[in-house]
Amino acid sequence: MLKYVIRRLLLVIPTLFFVALITFVLAQAAPGSPFDKNETKPLPVATIERLNRFYGLDRPVYEQFVVFLGNAVRLDFGVSLQRDRSVNDIIGQGLPRTAQLGVMALFVALAVAIPLGVVSALKQNSAIDYASVFLSTIGTTIPSFVLAIVFIYFFGVLLKLLPFVGWGDGLDRRMIMPTVILALGPMAFLTRITLASMLEAIRQDYVRTARSKGLGEQVVIVTHVLKNALIPVATVLGPAAAALVTGSFIIETIFSVPGVGREYIRSILARDYPIIMGTTMLYAAVIVIANLTVDLVYGMLDPRIKVA
Amino acid sequence: MPELLEVKDLKTQFFTRDGVVRAVDGVSFELAAGETLGIVGESGCGKSVTALSLMRLIPQPPGKITQGSIMFDGQDVLKMDDDEVRGIRGNNIAMIFQDPMTSLNPVLTISRQITEALELHLKMDRAEARKRTVELLELVNIPSAKKRLDDYPHQFSGGMRQRVMIAMALSCNPKLILADEPTTALDVTIQAQILDLLKNLAREFRTAFILITHDLGVVAGMTQRIHVMYGGKIVEKADTNELFANPKMPYTWGLLRSIPRLDENRKAKLLPIEGLPPDLIAPPPGCRFEPRCQYRRDICREKEPELIGIPNAKADHEARCWGTQAGGWLVDSDWHRDVGDLAALDAIKAEVADLPPDVKRVEAADDDKKKGN
Ligand SMILES: Nc1ncnc2c1ncn2[C@@H]1O[C@H](COP(=O)(O)OP(=O)(O)OP(=O)(O)O)[C@@H](O)[C@H]1O
Ligand code: SF4
Ligand SMILES: [Mg+2]
Repeated sequence: MLKYVIRRLLLVIPTLFFVALITFVLAQAAPGSPFDKNETKPLPVATIERLNRFYGLDRPVYEQFVVFLGNAVRLDFGVSLQRDRSVNDIIGQGLPRTAQLGVMALFVALAVAIPLGVVSALKQNSAIDYASVFLSTIGTTIPSFVLAIVFIYFFGVLLKLLPFVGWGDGLDRRMIMPTVILALGPMAFLTRITLASMLEAIRQDYVRTARSKGLGEQVVIVTHVLKNALIPVATVLGPAAAALVTGSFIIETIFSVPGVGREYIRSILARDYPIIMGTTMLYAAVIVIANLTVDLVYGMLDPRIKVA
Repeated sequence: MPELLEVKDLKTQFFTRDGVVRAVDGVSFELAAGETLGIVGESGCGKSVTALSLMRLIPQPPGKITQGSIMFDGQDVLKMDDDEVRGIRGNNIAMIFQDPMTSLNPVLTISRQITEALELHLKMDRAEARKRTVELLELVNIPSAKKRLDDYPHQFSGGMRQRVMIAMALSCNPKLILADEPTTALDVTIQAQILDLLKNLAREFRTAFILITHDLGVVAGMTQRIHVMYGGKIVEKADTNELFANPKMPYTWGLLRSIPRLDENRKAKLLPIEGLPPDLIAPPPGCRFEPRCQYRRDICREKEPELIGIPNAKADHEARCWGTQAGGWLVDSDWHRDVGDLAALDAIKAEVADLPPDVKRVEAADDDKKKGN
């Protein structure tokens, strides 16, 4: 078990290395420069050259990458090219908000998806069943930015029920809309998985065995069906976490949540290479760790899987 | 002796898109305490549905018990409310299923799956129940039972799992065990061990059991009586020795001809029963076996025979066949010699040959599944 964890953790290193390499090359290959943002009053060429030299951007890409790597292993991602702040500082400020948004959205998604999937499996063709079909169709087919705009229009502008700009500390009404919209995609996906795996589990022979022992229906469902049905749900939590991560870029930007996701989008638009690299590495690490955790939990849930 | 189980005119049907499947169509039988009964018949003749009906485990919908009564220990199972039925399941009637690979829950330990019934029905606490589980596992010859309590099913072989199923079935000292093809899915060598175990333990605890199988050879040394089922109905009832020595109706003969025998007929060729099992949505109007019977006469197609006592046989020997009844054309027939009307046999074979190939393929696949398991 410990060996397995260590091996998996060691595998994280090449994964992150390639993520870094690809992002670095692609970011630099994209047209545009960090210093051409002001189109009406461009900086003098000499100034740009000096800036490039100052930040080492005049050197070959591989050399820049080596420098980046050397610093990155010490968790130093440098300084923003446009703002006079370190990347770590910027990420450090946004991370708690992004993490809160992500965790709350995951919680909301699970809290709705699992009961909904279970009940619609138990009561097929009921109102709840149809509700879950509706939700999963909406959540998987309509992109979150469209949903966000619809929600903002109805609940924010028309009904004036919920604020839709900014974030807050602790719990704040401004968090409701971004959290719910971010949760919708994974919620739809998890509802479908829960429903499908419940339907699969419920028709297994061992469920009939459980009933033949005289167990009450509730015991049959909770100890015999659910325990099996939740295993596939656990295995997709990794992809669900990835969906939350990518969703957070858009949601934070739309709802002006001052988190890492918004910094990420902003840094790409501004060609702020150090921030692009820092946020990308953070997200890659989050996804890799989420997947590792899911695999370990999977091994604990399903005795047939030997984590070794 | 008062009967333990008295099933009267049981009908269980499945309401499917294609029509009503009359899976069990008026079955009656009795069983005394401690008695053993074999139910034999081809795949799809309603054996499992009969057993599941006894415990009211028919999936509903699409299934429904539409008629009859099941008196168990003086009470009609079909009139009980859900709580009363659950009080009987696992407690007074226990069931062993066909496939031990899928009948145990893969994510629960062996002990948990046995203790839950002990805690529920015998009101044991966890520690007591675990102790009892060790005894039960030892009873069914699981080596180092104590150490294996917290193993999961996948750590057990098929034969061992079926032993666990037997331990589970015995756990609450039921009066009746329903064993539905308990060895069909196992290796031949293990089959005999499991059957012996079941027989010996049932005798030791004076538990009645019903052994369901499609293989007459399996029930031979196992049960006191045998009921042969065909197309949702019982077609012959006799005690085991009588049935083998003096089988009375053509379907039973067909079953006997299709099992390998170790006695004088060793060299005789194994003869399958020609034709396809009846369509249980629209069964033949007369004798259900008529389309496949090489002894048939006109009356067989027109009117359905009753299951009644017959001449030239023991008093409790009953058969459902026009030819076998008093005055019938098969009363004195010796099934070893009289192979029936060969023209009829050819007609049956020809009819199957004319079927579209996919129907036959489905049948063959079913057969393969049975063997492969
Ligand atoms: N859930 C169901 N829905 C529809 N039809 C069913 C269902 N369960 C059983 N049947 C039908 O009932 C009939 C009897 O099935 P049953 O399982 O009792 O056969 P069996 O004698 O046990 O055969 P086998 O040897 O294959 O186990 C079959 O024709 C089958 O198609
Ligand atoms: S009644 Fe007729 S068709 Fe049916 S088994 Fe007897 S002889 Fe054959
Ligand atoms: Mg069956």
